[in-house]
Amino acid sequence: MNRRIAFRNARLIDPATGLDVKGGLLVENGRIADIGPRLFNDAEPNDPEVIDARGLVLAPGLIDACVHTGEPGAEHRETLASASDAAAAGGVTTMVVMPSTNPVIDEPSLVDFLLRRASATAKVRVAPVAALTKGRLGETMTEIGLLREAGAVAFSDGERTVANSRVLRRALAYAATFDALVMGHAEDPELTAGTSATESEFATRLGLPAAPAIAEAIIVARDLALIELTGARYHFAQISTRAALELIVAAKQRGLPVTCGVAAHHVILNELDVGSYYTFRKVTPPLRSEADRAAMAEGVASGAIDLLVSSHEPQGADTKRQPFAAAAAGTVGLETLLPTALSVHHNGADLATVLRAVTATPAKLLGLPGGTLAKGAPADLVLFDEGEPFVVEADKLHSRARNTAFEGRRFQGRARMTFVGGECVFKRN
Amino acid sequence: MTSAPPLPILKTSHLLGIEGLSPDEITALLDLADSYVVQNQAADKKTALLKGRTLINLFFEASTRTQSSFELAGKRLGADVMNMAVKTSSVSKGETLIDTASTLNAMRPDMLVVRHENAGAAELLSRKLTCSVINAGDGAHEHPTQALLDALTIRRRLGGFENRIVAICGDILHSRVARSNLRLLAMMGARVRLVAPRTLLPADADRFGVEVCTDMREGLKDADIVMMLRLQLERMGGAFIPSSREYFRFYGLDREKLAYAKPGALVMHPGPMNRGVEIASDIADDVEVSLIGEQVEMGVAARMAVLDALSRSVPCKSDSRGHA
Repeated sequence: MNRRIAFRNARLIDPATGLDVKGGLLVENGRIADIGPRLFNDAEPNDPEVIDARGLVLAPGLIDACVHTGEPGAEHRETLASASDAAAAGGVTTMVVMPSTNPVIDEPSLVDFLLRRASATAKVRVAPVAALTKGRLGETMTEIGLLREAGAVAFSDGERTVANSRVLRRALAYAATFDALVMGHAEDPELTAGTSATESEFATRLGLPAAPAIAEAIIVARDLALIELTGARYHFAQISTRAALELIVAAKQRGLPVTCGVAAHHVILNELDVGSYYTFRKVTPPLRSEADRAAMAEGVASGAIDLLVSSHEPQGADTKRQPFAAAAAGTVGLETLLPTALSVHHNGADLATVLRAVTATPAKLLGLPGGTLAKGAPADLVLFDEGEPFVVEADKLHSRARNTAFEGRRFQGRARMTFVGGECVFKRN
Repeated sequence: MTSAPPLPILKTSHLLGIEGLSPDEITALLDLADSYVVQNQAADKKTALLKGRTLINLFFEASTRTQSSFELAGKRLGADVMNMAVKTSSVSKGETLIDTASTLNAMRPDMLVVRHENAGAAELLSRKLTCSVINAGDGAHEHPTQALLDALTIRRRLGGFENRIVAICGDILHSRVARSNLRLLAMMGARVRLVAPRTLLPADADRFGVEVCTDMREGLKDADIVMMLRLQLERMGGAFIPSSREYFRFYGLDREKLAYAKPGALVMHPGPMNRGVEIASDIADDVEVSLIGEQVEMGVAARMAVLDALSRSVPCKSDSRGHA
């Protein structure tokens, strides 16, 4: 197949190369064949498919580095296919899927299963993360070498902190042998046991069992010490407090191989958004104070926080229609990731910086193709109007699960068209 | 003779907490409760006010006084009362709270009294059901009828709340009674003090417009009312205090500590008591200072007032945005 698509008059933004110009881009055989300010400037290009992108931004498709689907084990909530519908509608061209499924992705054959299911059913790329310890039980490390060969891009116990420092130390040292990336979750398991909110006046008013916000920084400090000891490449999948960010920034300055991400809801929402026990806003870690939320938004704006993720977590009425403490945590987010990045931009951040956190940086960190508009790269693209206003409506989401924490929120900017390997996988009418 | 329909008292058709009520609504409820105290002391305690109405008690946590108090309140107003025994129901077969409540709701009760271990349970039901929901305790959130009966007891003894000092002592952290009481008492003009060791004080307790003390001598100084709370040993996931005897030594109410309070100060306890842990038996049993028996009596009257008031309210639809 030699299919060609020509984009004209687009604002081309590629954080990986620092490109930000008006111009054209040519897709050929699923790859970016040419790009430049003068491309297609004068003459109509000689191509069957021409997309006039006047007023729109053409950027690398988003890489969402923290996605949970229900496959395998909870397909009634979300499958790779249904999550990929949401991803495509959100401009996300690669979903990095977490191993917290049933069964847990802790065997090479399960990584293989995921990749096969993804290529057969999903319309965007899927990059699997394998468990760091068997069954995510925090006891025995997984076959990191074999899992890597099978296609795992990183190792993580998902939203579980490895409580045992001895186990983590060995897993990190072993992972460092293979230069494998470990993704950690920072919540002190004992301090947070049985809690569902951040300790504060508000949680006290609601009578919710709550844990102090420092439950995060405590684990960040421990993990940083173990990274220093073992030299493992380590990524905090989603931090939510200023205290944690400051520790990580200081560690980076000392030269530690550490990065961090933040979930969109920790950038947009604070603890007060729980309102009168809105279970759709119950997340892990819990929503934080306004000061911490602002620190997260600043971190994305300045680039101090490396990645912005959706932490897409499908839940159903059975798990959410419960009293707050008994309800499951998590929000869907694939369709609100780009709008969240753009909201940080609309509040003053440089557009290329916020896009870097969802394109170039995750590609580099996880060793993924894409995340750039460079010649020869896969044509994973998103075309969006950065100013288009819209209101999030759960009924109109493309995922099977509709548990969005952003119901009724106003955003500016969302995907118009999404391309994976040069194929259009989404077009907004 | 036909009388005019009674005036509405509450703006909503549910009683989920003290938060959301106005001082006027509380005063009206207490006035109404006063009339039921009189009715309950008569030989014929029954009226037909709620004749034909159905009240269901749905208690997910064990309760003696609250459940029987609601049952009597309903029956004395002429309602049909059903008690759901959760231990023998489908709840123990894995049915969710909402499904259980929806099933009961489909039987068209007029009022559902619910107690649940999780904060927000009553609020959740109020959004999903068509009947009036009365919160009889949800986690560590609220227990509004307890606060109303305590307020009724205090008002009848002291005449009012303005500038009275109420010391709420003990396990504030796990206590919905403390949260409802401090909201109500502070709103009605009383000075509220919370007295507890730091492990049993919730985060930012000082932001509730109350004084916070960790010492009984300081906390009880000049208090008109000393309200002791039960040490909720069943909710203590970790060790909050080293031992019952140490707790009693520093925070248990005995004659010596009661002497710090204003002479003639009165003692309250929502029950059930842990004698010798938070309160000495001789104080609990001393009718000169203890209002504990009176609180139980006021409980029935206060709950009759609540049922009466809610029966006058029109059911309302609430916004369910952001909810499952």
